[in-house]
Amino acid sequence: MTFPPWRARLPLALAALLAAPLASTAKSPAPPVPAPVVAPAAAADSPTSPNLIRAEPPPFTEGIFPCSQCHEKAGDATPRQLAFHDEIQAEFHHGPPTRFCLDCHDNGKRDFLHLIGGALIPFTESYKLCGQCHGDKLRDWRVGIHGKRTGMWNGQKTYYLCVNCHNPHNPRFKALKPEPPPIRPQEQGR
Amino acid sequence: MSQPNRLPVLQDESATGDAGASPSRRDFLRTAAAGAVIAAVSACNPDAVVEELQRRHLTELSKDKLQAMLGKLEKKWSAQFGKNVTVSAQGPMPGVNFGYGLDLSRCVGCRRCVYACVKENNQSRKNPQIQWIRVLQMAKEHGVALAHANPYYDPEKVPEPGHFYMPVQCQQCRHPPCTKVCPVKATWKDPDGIVVIDYDWCIGCRCCTAACPYGARKFNWAEPNLPSAEMNPVTHYLGNRPRPMGVVEKCTFCIQRTRNGRYPACVEICPVGARKFGNLLDPESEIRQVMDRKRVFVFKEELATEPQFYYFYGT
Repeated sequence: MTFPPWRARLPLALAALLAAPLASTAKSPAPPVPAPVVAPAAAADSPTSPNLIRAEPPPFTEGIFPCSQCHEKAGDATPRQLAFHDEIQAEFHHGPPTRFCLDCHDNGKRDFLHLIGGALIPFTESYKLCGQCHGDKLRDWRVGIHGKRTGMWNGQKTYYLCVNCHNPHNPRFKALKPEPPPIRPQEQGR
Repeated sequence: MSQPNRLPVLQDESATGDAGASPSRRDFLRTAAAGAVIAAVSACNPDAVVEELQRRHLTELSKDKLQAMLGKLEKKWSAQFGKNVTVSAQGPMPGVNFGYGLDLSRCVGCRRCVYACVKENNQSRKNPQIQWIRVLQMAKEHGVALAHANPYYDPEKVPEPGHFYMPVQCQQCRHPPCTKVCPVKATWKDPDGIVVIDYDWCIGCRCCTAACPYGARKFNWAEPNLPSAEMNPVTHYLGNRPRPMGVVEKCTFCIQRTRNGRYPACVEICPVGARKFGNLLDPESEIRQVMDRKRVFVFKEELATEPQFYYFYGT
């Protein structure tokens, strides 16, 4: 099937829901109906297959995490130029200029990020946050079109997270020094 | 003297008067040539050479003969390169047909794939320099147009504004022109889609190189230059094993890796994740997902070679 894994589970969940009233009206010793296992929305967030292994996100800048070691409680939420985190502010280039730290970082619980609806997510699941705006990329990434996978094409493979390739504060892919060009035929010694 | 510019022809021999000497001279030359062959053969191990000359086509070899042949090669190269070289002749997996996807909207032209391939597949490093992947820099205003392609770009940083990059390697065609023209069947298409070459069967006529519309086939004009320290000892007979001078070689989708379930080296190295690989017969594979969801094309479609290498636009 070409559906993402969570869609394959939908009929199962529906069948379970339908089976519940049927079983109770039949008055026979019905086997316990298994509850729908996963809410589709939760399963849809990341690739799901026993063969898929999540890559380690890149390490934080030395000494920066947990954030709560400095930000003990909620601070001033007004968008402004900060007097600290200079290196992040210097390189920051993501979205409109009105973008502020607390759009993604949670003010109350500084060691977490939050989605637009307020749900807290750990730093290791930042792809959920990215997918709020870049839904097309998230959709492609889940099935292996966007992003990178290494390992076995027919077995265990490691999938890279958004943050393995993109700096969340400055996500555009950086230009690279190319490897040397091929030798021209006329320069090739015989 | 009457015809000073005329080349001598065979009939002239009787006219010049040494008609009697001519047959004996030819006899002499014939004997001498035969003698030279015998001398050359007996200079090495005669049994081995005769056996090699008499062996059957790879697809007709018995299991024992094949194993013996691979064993000999392993011994020879282990001694030559000073490491434990393995030579496999693993066949295609059933129910597998390989497909490759390359995302033109991702590739930045960094050539990491070119050098990962050289390293993995034991290509000659220089004199002759052989690279199975060629990255073409093209202008965005012209699109995929070979008239505006440049493989020799060398700026400080890539990607350059206004350009995109199109890596080209063997397209593993379903109707490969290269295998059709081979006069000795040294190259053929295996059931998993990989077009392979038996380097020991190749006579170096380079008909395939001329027939390939993608420039994917490379010829060893000189003895390949493969430093022992950089030699990859995990080899496949039809893939990355050391090649002699005078044979043709090309991308095999890393046959030594992919027939063991691994991704090709170029897929693993790509820093932007532009390269996708998988089984075309598995609907869940990355390549099938690409084909189901993206704008996909094959290079030089009008030639009806039907490549198993697909270019696509991820955005």
